[in-house]
This record gives sequence, C-alpha cells and structure tokens, in this order.
Amino acid sequence: MYEAMVTARHYEERLQEEYLEGKQPAFDISAGPIPGELHLAAGQEAAGAGVCQRLRDDDTVTAPHRPHHVAIAKGVDLKRMTAEIFGRETGLSKGKGGHMHLFDPDVNFACSGIIAEGCPPAVGAGLAAKKRNTDSVAVAFLGEGAIDQGAFLESLNLAAVQDLPVVFVVEDNDWAISMPKERVTDVENGAQRADGFDLPGARVDADDAVAVYEAAREVIGRARDRNGPSLLEVQVHRRMGHFMGDPEAYRSDEDKTAAEGRDSIDRLEADLRAHGVDNETIAGLRSSARERVEEAIEWAKEQPEPEPADAHEDVFTNPPSGVTDSEPTAAELGGDD
Amino acid sequence: MAQQEKDPAEGGQTDRSLTMSRAMVEAIAHEMRADDDVFYMGEDVADYGGIFDSTEGLLEEFGRDRVMDVPISETAYIGAAVGAAQAGMRPIAELMFVDFFGVGMDQIYNQMAKNTYMSGGSVSVPMVLTAAVGGTYNDAAQHSQTLYGTFAHLPGMKVVVPSTAYDAKGLMHNAVRDDDPVVYLFHKRLMGIGWLPAPDGPKTPVPEDDYTIPFGSADVKREGADVTVVTLGLHVHRALEAADDLADDGIDVEVVDLRTLVPLDADTVRDSVAKTGRLVVVDEDYRSFGVTGEIVARVAEDGLADLEAVERVAVPDVPLPYARPMENEVIPDAEDITGAIRAAHGDE
Ligand SMILES: Cc1ncc(C[n+]2csc(CCOP(=O)(O)OP(=O)(O)O)c2C)c(N)n1
Repeated sequence: MYEAMVTARHYEERLQEEYLEGKQPAFDISAGPIPGELHLAAGQEAAGAGVCQRLRDDDTVTAPHRPHHVAIAKGVDLKRMTAEIFGRETGLSKGKGGHMHLFDPDVNFACSGIIAEGCPPAVGAGLAAKKRNTDSVAVAFLGEGAIDQGAFLESLNLAAVQDLPVVFVVEDNDWAISMPKERVTDVENGAQRADGFDLPGARVDADDAVAVYEAAREVIGRARDRNGPSLLEVQVHRRMGHFMGDPEAYRSDEDKTAAEGRDSIDRLEADLRAHGVDNETIAGLRSSARERVEEAIEWAKEQPEPEPADAHEDVFTNPPSGVTDSEPTAAELGGDD
Repeated sequence: MAQQEKDPAEGGQTDRSLTMSRAMVEAIAHEMRADDDVFYMGEDVADYGGIFDSTEGLLEEFGRDRVMDVPISETAYIGAAVGAAQAGMRPIAELMFVDFFGVGMDQIYNQMAKNTYMSGGSVSVPMVLTAAVGGTYNDAAQHSQTLYGTFAHLPGMKVVVPSTAYDAKGLMHNAVRDDDPVVYLFHKRLMGIGWLPAPDGPKTPVPEDDYTIPFGSADVKREGADVTVVTLGLHVHRALEAADDLADDGIDVEVVDLRTLVPLDADTVRDSVAKTGRLVVVDEDYRSFGVTGEIVARVAEDGLADLEAVERVAVPDVPLPYARPMENEVIPDAEDITGAIRAAHGDE
C-alpha cells in the first residue's frame, strides 16, 4: 500500500513537471508535451491504494477524471498509461483517450471524464459477475461533487434492488472545482446517501491509510461474499488546484495549507517506522517507486506519436466497409483474442 | 485583413475592444440590471466566474441569489431553469461543456424545447442555455465536441453561435430578451481566456450601450466574387485566414458567418452563391447529418441552377482524438479550407 501511494505521488510530481514544460512563462493549456486538462490527485492516494489493495485483476474499477492514483493502485500498466498521457501510439488507447480516458482491460480498469458516469458501468460489471456466478466485484470511484448526480443515485438503487457486488467509493476532497461541498450538498457525510437505498454506508478518514484499508475489507468482503452493494466515503485532501492551471482564487490560503499539512503518506510512513520497519526498507520502497516512474516516463517519451490517419481507426470494432480509409482485413475483423 | 471586411462595430462608434467573454458578460450584466427576473445558474459560475470566463465579475455585482453555483446535477438545474422560465422568470443556465449535454438532455429536448409546442402555445420557456464548444487543445472526445447540429436538428430551440465580441454581445442581448429557449454556444478558443489564448479576430470593438443583432441574420464577414464560404464560430476566423491566403493567388473569397443556426438565414447564403456559383461549407461539428449537409441542401433546394461546385469541410465521423497529430487531422484548419476553396474554384 505504501508503495502504491508513493508511486502515485512521485508519478504526479513528475507529470506536473512534464506538463509545465512549454507552458512557461505564460500558461497555455494547449502547449507543451502534455496538452489538454490534467487533474492530479496529490493528497488522495490513500483512497485508491487502501481500496485497490483489496482487489484482484478480475475485479472491475471505474474511475473519474482524476484517475492516476487509482489506476496505479489497480495495477494499470504504468508505461502504457504514461504513453497515453503523452499522446503516443503505444499508449493504452493509442493516443485517442488521454489522461481522463484510460482503459486497461487486462486489469479491468476504465475511467470517464463525465461526472458520475462511471457508476452505471460498474453496476454492469457487478451484474455480469452475478450472472456468471463468479466472486469478482466492481468498484466505482467518484468525487463528493458527484454524489448529487442522477447517474450515481440511480446506480445505487439498481445495485441495491439487484443485490449486486458493487462498492461505491466517494473520495471527498471538500471541493468540486470551486464549489465547497457545504454549498451544494446538505449532508456533511456523503455515506448517508446510502441510507435512502437501504444500503450500508461508511465513512473513513484517509489521514490514516490503514483505516481505509480496514474499511475496504468490510465493504469489498461484503460484495465478494454476495451480500450486496455498499458505499464507502473516504475523506481526502486536495493539495493542488482542480486542474493544472487552476489559479484557485476562490480558495483561502489557510484551506490550502491545512490540506498540505495532512499527508497520509507521511502518516503511514511514521506508522511503518513505529511498527519497526527500518529506514532502509522505506528508502528502498521509495527509490524503487521513483525508478519505476522514471522508467515509465522515459519510455513514454521515446514512443512514436500516432499517424494523423490513425484518427480514423477504431470508431467501430467491426467497421462497416467504407468507414475507414484502409479496409480492415478479415483477421482484424475477427479480433485477435 | 482585406479591406472589404465590414466594420465590426457598425452598430455604434467605439474604439473600445473587448474579448468575447467580456462582451458576453457585459450583455448579461446589462440584462440582469434591467430585469430582476434574469438570473444565472451553473457549476462554478459564482466564485470562479465560469471556467471559460463566461460569468467573470457577476457574483460581485449581483450576489449569490442571482449568480448561483449549483450542484453537479445537470438534469435538476437545467430542468429547474425550464420550470422557472415557465413561471415567468428569465433564467440563464450554463452547461459547462456542451459534451455534458447527455446528462441533462431530457430536460433540454423533451421539456425546454417542446413545452411551447405541446402546450399549444399556451406556455413559453424564455430561458437561455449556454455551453462551451470546440476542441483545438487536446482535451479528447468527452470535452472537445462542437455539436451545433444536434441542437439545431431538434425543433423548438433557437441556436446561436457567435464568432466575434461584437456579435456575442448583440446576440446575447437578444437571447435573454427572447421569449423562446435559446441555446447559446460559445467556442472556448474565441473567449480570450488566460489559459487558452484566442486568435486576434474575435476581439473587436464593442459599443458600451446595448444593441441587438436579430436572429437569422447571417453576416458577410468578407465580401468576394469567386467562392462562397459558409461557416460559423471559430471557423469564421480560419476561413478568413484561408481567404487572405488565396487573395494573393487572385481567388476572391466571400465568407458568410451564419451567427444563428435556428433561425437560419438561407437567403444570405443563396444570394452569395448566386453571385459566386461556388459553395464551400466549413464546420467543426461532425460531417454526417449536420450543418454542412443542411446548408448544401438549402442551396440546392432553391438555387440549384446557381451551383457550379460544392465542397464540405467538417470533422469526419470520428470522436475527437486526444493526441495532437490526430486532433489536427480531424479538426479543419485554414489549410484544409484553402484546399476546399481551390477545389471548388476548379484549381488542380
Ligand atoms: C456531467 C459533468 N458535469 C460537469 C463536469 C465538469 N467537472 C469536471 S470535474 C468537476 C468537479 C468534480 O468534483 P468532485 O466530483 O468532487 O471530484 P474532484 O474533482 O474534487 O476530484 C466538474 C464540475 C463534468 N466533467 N461532467
């Protein structure tokens, strides 16, 4: 868990550096090696790591627009994910998706940039598990800003009435872009959303990553044992702007400093030491995380960019003739699995 | 730019230039001052001032009751705007990116757009739905669409697409005053946002006083005799760039800016084609079943005899890809437009 957390933190620090390249001195979102929006999750690592540590490759995870820490914890291919963020041909989606739209079917991970819209597909994965009689589970991650969205509430209900093995994990970082949660939601505790659907809802503070891990055991175990869906809200801290380039004029300095002061990574590290893990082991975990990240970034940057004509491919799995410039071969039409 | 271009500030003399977002906000603020029933709601429209600067400064003047941040729940707040409009108010609801329309689409096309008709005209829905459209900065398929055609296709909504600050202000005044639902689509690349620099074109002189630009009046942004280019939004500027390039080669291009899709000013388009005989339609929306097909059909229906050549330039029918080489491939640029104009002109 600690390794997943430090990998995610270091990964995002490096992405931030790369992202800012070419965007200085005047920030232009369309410039530099990583264009488009970039949403980083510094301060939220414990939620992804604590929950995903309980998952297997055959369990499904859907993540929202702020996906990297969850993807790393779920075991998404780091090199190909990085190549995707750099818009390279060998990226997870051949450069078509970018950072908000990462898909790694090998570990059943997907994400979407539309708020709460990852919830229904997670319910679908739970439905498939039930129909096929497997013990795999599905987890939908969402932000606290997404708990007012119809797709989330409808998903809770459908999962409840069908008794599906689905866990909804709300990462509460207090902010939805510039909107503090108290101005847009009357409940202080998002786990209360479960009440209306007669589901268990729990809330845990990510300051203590081990507590997240323990809470995840409960909800994921419940789903795996076919005892139905549940909701887990994890209080996290948004250490940065909503997206890179967000001036955060709406946010007080105290609030930013408070978020930075509560770091679940520091706390977990202290816990590890208190439990007798020595400095060397911790330093080793940190440096192997760093190496993995550097390797992924170096590899990604060496990858070729897609050809412009590649834009026309992949609209369909089975393209009607005349849709793509190059006629697909029979083998391609049959898939390669 | 070529001297045939019209003075954008024809509605009043002024040296004051504004970005498109400033011009839009000026019109909204004017309407809010004039009428207490006008209010604005959307995500991040209060303290943030709109992700694309669409409400910059409004909170300070009008307060939270009239510039409302709402929960992320498009169905609820767009539908609430419909209800408030039917109750006689004049809400402006902002959908941050047009791509999110699916989340609240039932309220948009089954309520906002149809209630006037289904009530036999006894109910009116005087609201404005604003949304940002457009790509050009690699935000991929859920944040880069243009979708003008979708809204224009479904009956019951007026659809406005400004390309300059002057037009943006005049059209916004109209939109708020109109008794029907208006979908007002602004292109991110034209707004003049700090983090997404705009080209020079959209920043124009804008009179301080209010003025309206009637819906259904296309604007000839550049006069020319050889080829008519019909377009809207960002691509007005790309077409003007192409026209300037071609002027050196002696091809005289007329650029028609539609400004509104519903109502559509087919007369201005036909008059232009009657003069030039050659039509190029440029659109940042998908090619099939959209604006380009519609414009060609309108001209063919009533002016087939005038038509010597037709070209369409649009996004091929693929979702917007993320990586730069692929996004550049699918979003038409000035070079694509130049090529189409040459083809229509009969150049090899
Ligand atoms: C349906 C929809 N509406 C609006 C947006 C724009 N948007 C992107 S992120 C965001 C805030 C999300 O807040 P939260 O769910 O708390 O997640 P966080 O960004 O804090 O991680 C908004 C409004 C969107 N992507 N989709």
